[in-house]
Amino acid sequence: MMYLRLFLTFLKIGVVSFGGGYGMISVIRDTVLSQGMLTEEELMNFIGVAESTPGPIAINMATFIGSAKGGFLGALLATLGVVLPAFIIILIIAAVLKNLLKYKPVQGFLGGVRPAVAALILATALLLGLRVFFGLGSVRSAFSFQYKGLIILAALIAVGLGSKYLLKRKASPIVMIVFSACLGMLFYGVF
Amino acid sequence: MGMKRKLPKLLSLFLSFLKIGAFTFGGGYAMIALLENEFVSRKKWMEKDEFLDMLGVAESTPGPIAVNTATYIGYKVAGVLGAALATLAVCLPAFTIIFVISLFFDKFLSLKYVGYAFRGIQVAVVYLIASAGIKVFKGLKKNALSMILCALVLACFITLSLFAVSFSSIFYILICGMMGLSAYFFGVMRARKRAQKQEISASENKTPCDGATSDSAEDHNEQEPSSEKEGQGRDEQ
Repeated sequence: MMYLRLFLTFLKIGVVSFGGGYGMISVIRDTVLSQGMLTEEELMNFIGVAESTPGPIAINMATFIGSAKGGFLGALLATLGVVLPAFIIILIIAAVLKNLLKYKPVQGFLGGVRPAVAALILATALLLGLRVFFGLGSVRSAFSFQYKGLIILAALIAVGLGSKYLLKRKASPIVMIVFSACLGMLFYGVF
Repeated sequence: MGMKRKLPKLLSLFLSFLKIGAFTFGGGYAMIALLENEFVSRKKWMEKDEFLDMLGVAESTPGPIAVNTATYIGYKVAGVLGAALATLAVCLPAFTIIFVISLFFDKFLSLKYVGYAFRGIQVAVVYLIASAGIKVFKGLKKNALSMILCALVLACFITLSLFAVSFSSIFYILICGMMGLSAYFFGVMRARKRAQKQEISASENKTPCDGATSDSAEDHNEQEPSSEKEGQGRDEQ
């Protein structure tokens, strides 16, 4: 039963995850939180791992959550579920409906989906930020100011901007993850 | 015979995607340059134009970009079997690595300094998601419909989440898709009405149709200014 639920959950996520891995994070977040599969903190830790290991974030998340909930078979089914819709849709487009995306109504539909996805990613970042920096998970939780987190954020923004304007290239996510891990050990461990 | 000839190609396809799956950090977009180098420049399996078309398809269909491109290129090169092999290959490294990590993750996290490191990593996660969001937002068409939808979803999502009301992200995506679709049909209807009116006014030999707006057209104008703009934008394209 658990296996079927994992498969169906990730199948559903696979169908609606427009906009690649980040677009999927908000859908994964409210699915796993509402089903009690992970806590918010576990999810964030895991997004960090997914970002610093190779491969598509969606696959990483599906494999990890599947494995945590149902061992090897769970991991396999969750991954299969998240991949299957994309596989079938692309196969249909490549083989039969070559011009599917050129149809005006389809463009209309996507024209509505894209702003929603942008908003969902931004809102997810904002919610996670409220939790990490101010301890706010909901309106009932107590406000607590995490100044160490904000210092780390400022350092990351400085590195991001510095890399963009001085080195003329985007800092890779893995650089940011490693840097923040070092700062985390420094701030929470040493001071 | 066909199978025999296909075999080296299938193998090469599989190995290419295995390599790409094993060495792309940071999600689908990081992999695009690698893909282009492998299939357009080196193997010459695709033209640059077709590659760009494919990216457009991969970005506007659901699913991980890596899987979408693997399926598409695999199919182009070696049919359905090729698509299946390429997709399998691109997922295999991530699946293996993450499965192994998942076995030890809890123990690993319980180490004191690893726990501290992850408190730092959580900040980086917020930063990375925020910058991805800003990037997607910058890429939006800045018309009234998309800005209104974006603002509405942002406001609703944050409010409902903070009050712990569960409302799946899936609904936002589908509802906004439907809004986009109806805005399109509304634009078509308006264009048709306008064309009819112009015909009538031309046959009655009246001066420009601006003066001849009927009441119903004005009603429409007031009700849905955003969709009208949307419709016109599409007509121009």
